[in-house]
Amino acid sequence: MDDDLGLDGTIVGRGNKDGAQLFRTWFEGLSEAAEQGRGAAYVFVMGSMCELLQVFDLPVVFPEINSLQTAVRRVAHEFLSEAEDYGYSPDICGYVKADVAVQLRGGEHPMGRIPKPSIAVYTNACNTYIKWAEIWERMHDTQIFTLDVPGSRAAGKQTWPGDPDFENDRAYVSAQIKELIPILEQVSGVKFDIDRLRESLRYANVMSAAWARVLELNQSTPSLFNALSDGTIYLGVANGFRGAEEGARYFTELVEEMEYKSEHGIGTLTDEKYRLLFVGVPCYPIFRRFTELFTEWGGTFVGSTYLWFASGGSNLGFQYDLDDPIESLAEGVLVSVRDAMDSMFFQTDMLAEMIDDYGADGVVYHPIKSCRTVSTGLADNRRALMKATNIPSLFIESDLMDRRVVSEAQLKNRVDAFFEGLASRKQQAVIS
Amino acid sequence: MSDNRVFPEWLGRELDDVLYECRELLEDTSFPTVARWREAGGKVAGHFQVYFPEEIAHAGGLLPFKMRGATVEPVHSDSRFGSYLCSIIKTSLELVLNKNIELDLFVTHPICDAARNLAGIWGRNYDYPCQILYLPQNANSGHSATYLRGEYDRLRRTLEEVAGRPITDEDLRSSLAVFNENRSLLRELYAIKRETPWLVSAEDAYVLVALGGLLPREEHNDLLRAVLPKIREGSAKRQDRMRVVFEGGFCEQPPLDMIRAIGRSCYVVDDDLLIGLRWILEDVPAEDDPLHSLAEAYLESSSYSPVQHDLRKPKEKMLLERIERAGAEAAIVTAAKMCEPGLEEQVAYTYALDEANVPYFVSEFEENMSNFEHLQIQLETFMENLLFD
Repeated sequence: MDDDLGLDGTIVGRGNKDGAQLFRTWFEGLSEAAEQGRGAAYVFVMGSMCELLQVFDLPVVFPEINSLQTAVRRVAHEFLSEAEDYGYSPDICGYVKADVAVQLRGGEHPMGRIPKPSIAVYTNACNTYIKWAEIWERMHDTQIFTLDVPGSRAAGKQTWPGDPDFENDRAYVSAQIKELIPILEQVSGVKFDIDRLRESLRYANVMSAAWARVLELNQSTPSLFNALSDGTIYLGVANGFRGAEEGARYFTELVEEMEYKSEHGIGTLTDEKYRLLFVGVPCYPIFRRFTELFTEWGGTFVGSTYLWFASGGSNLGFQYDLDDPIESLAEGVLVSVRDAMDSMFFQTDMLAEMIDDYGADGVVYHPIKSCRTVSTGLADNRRALMKATNIPSLFIESDLMDRRVVSEAQLKNRVDAFFEGLASRKQQAVIS
Repeated sequence: MSDNRVFPEWLGRELDDVLYECRELLEDTSFPTVARWREAGGKVAGHFQVYFPEEIAHAGGLLPFKMRGATVEPVHSDSRFGSYLCSIIKTSLELVLNKNIELDLFVTHPICDAARNLAGIWGRNYDYPCQILYLPQNANSGHSATYLRGEYDRLRRTLEEVAGRPITDEDLRSSLAVFNENRSLLRELYAIKRETPWLVSAEDAYVLVALGGLLPREEHNDLLRAVLPKIREGSAKRQDRMRVVFEGGFCEQPPLDMIRAIGRSCYVVDDDLLIGLRWILEDVPAEDDPLHSLAEAYLESSSYSPVQHDLRKPKEKMLLERIERAGAEAAIVTAAKMCEPGLEEQVAYTYALDEANVPYFVSEFEENMSNFEHLQIQLETFMENLLFD
């Protein structure tokens, strides 16, 4: 038990420590697979299908995570330049370009070696996923599979089981999953085993329920974790270990940690002054500094749309029916990936609700050059949210990969001005 | 007869005058044909690029209007978008914000990461239905056509609410017949481009296609039926120009002046300009289930574009086939600025063209560009190098 304790003799900090360790173990496994010449399943965070892939013993690679790691480790520019020299425009997503360079380098990556893809399985939650997979198809003659998951057709127009439109979507997703299984058997050489799928779904159920609970617990005051910095570590595990025993255990323990912190009033900051929501994608080229721009003012991110969509919508806590694994997987993927898309395209009501639930003082919008999926509608969303709630907001643009479009000084000026406004607002509230 | 028309200006005119009127109409950002349609009590279904099953809107008595941006400044829409976006996204919204166009329904598609956001943005600004039509991105699933038939049925129900009347299978069959004729006429126009490109300029051919996006399709058919034989009878002489395929106009459109500039340097014998209006390659059978026929045609009898994924249609292979079919000697491979699918495809195209030893010219464009001198000099140099190689 002592091994699980944090430095202060409690379980505080265990999630970050164990998350980092799991991450290292995962990448060591990928390097080993690459050395052995084993092919991997390339997947993405929104609809990874890891629950199903677990059944086929394929190492799982998340190119988005590989790419962001190059930015966090401050070498992304080398990878971007290499892809641009190959022909990719500066205006193309930085994640794609960093991965192109990883492929051109034979898998060489700051965290180890990435195995080549033997299959790519991806949804259409982001259109760039499809274009990206086509690159592997061309480079490596990789088998690629689009799992097309229809999203909400309009704000507030989600359909549910029993509705003919929902059933049309579900039948489509279900048929595709049934078409994917024999392809995975062929690629992996492993026979599909429905009991292994049940086991994987059971772990995913534990993880999803725990993830929803972790997010909910951050409504505590003070907040228990920073959705931008700590949250990104949790996300890594949520994606890389979805459907795995280690992932289920990690999240069970994370809930334990967060409940402990909540019960003992232990916050992520010693002096929490402002509770903020983050809308967009983190600024990985200056990841730590970006968070500090806010924490230095006593601001912490209590929630983030990133933790919704980048977990593939598992924040919903969808529970698979183990008696009907494939149909339930189809429904779960449909509902969860749809929710991930909703949190990017139709998020106004969700944010308004979150402002109340989390007692937020402000909303920070961070659209980025690389990701049009997330960024295109944020300015309009901000207008709508401010009209509906009158909450203070900050709109700052940069990138998740490309330091050429990240100006720390400009960001700091904007963030400082935002906090000055928040401080003034609080003072006014006290006076009145 | 002409009293009910939204575009009567061309009637009874000589070919040159007809083409002049067509160009004027296309470049008129007040969209007079749409305004006239509304004045007569008609409703308008705005659909964003690339492909939309216009037959269903037509069957409900609506005018399907292709939202393809415009050469307008995004004065009002700019504040609703972030930076780093293509122009068409902003100018399409601008057209409704500045009231150049009034819609009763807006539909976008998951063609790219920016476009799929439009339903949310539009819906926050307008009360009429604003939605995404989820055309299948797994064209290779055995279930895609069934799914798409269901999705079209959902669209039909939305359109019925907007139209205020049911859309029957018989209505759909009638519309399919109108659009089948339109497809046939557009194929005829492209046959002229391929076989006798000196008879129709790249610019005029483009205008004739593009008007389909803003006219009732019956009127578009009348226009093409009248114009195509006259073009065939033209007396222009063949010149010593390269035969070229233009690629990159599937969504945002190059300005008409750019197409004109390109047409001065070469014969554009095929292209993907406004490919959504020409997406379905054959007649759609109007038999038992018209919605299913339409869905089947989208998947099985269709062209290609960077924004539709189909394992049977690797884009670079399709481009090489287009070049070969058109008897082209070179390609112009363009992309709209900030258009990720177009820019990504450009890489695949250029590597494939290199491998196939097909000369090509690469460029980017924006719909609001106004100076093409530099482009024309570069293009002429490229063509001269080929001619004297």
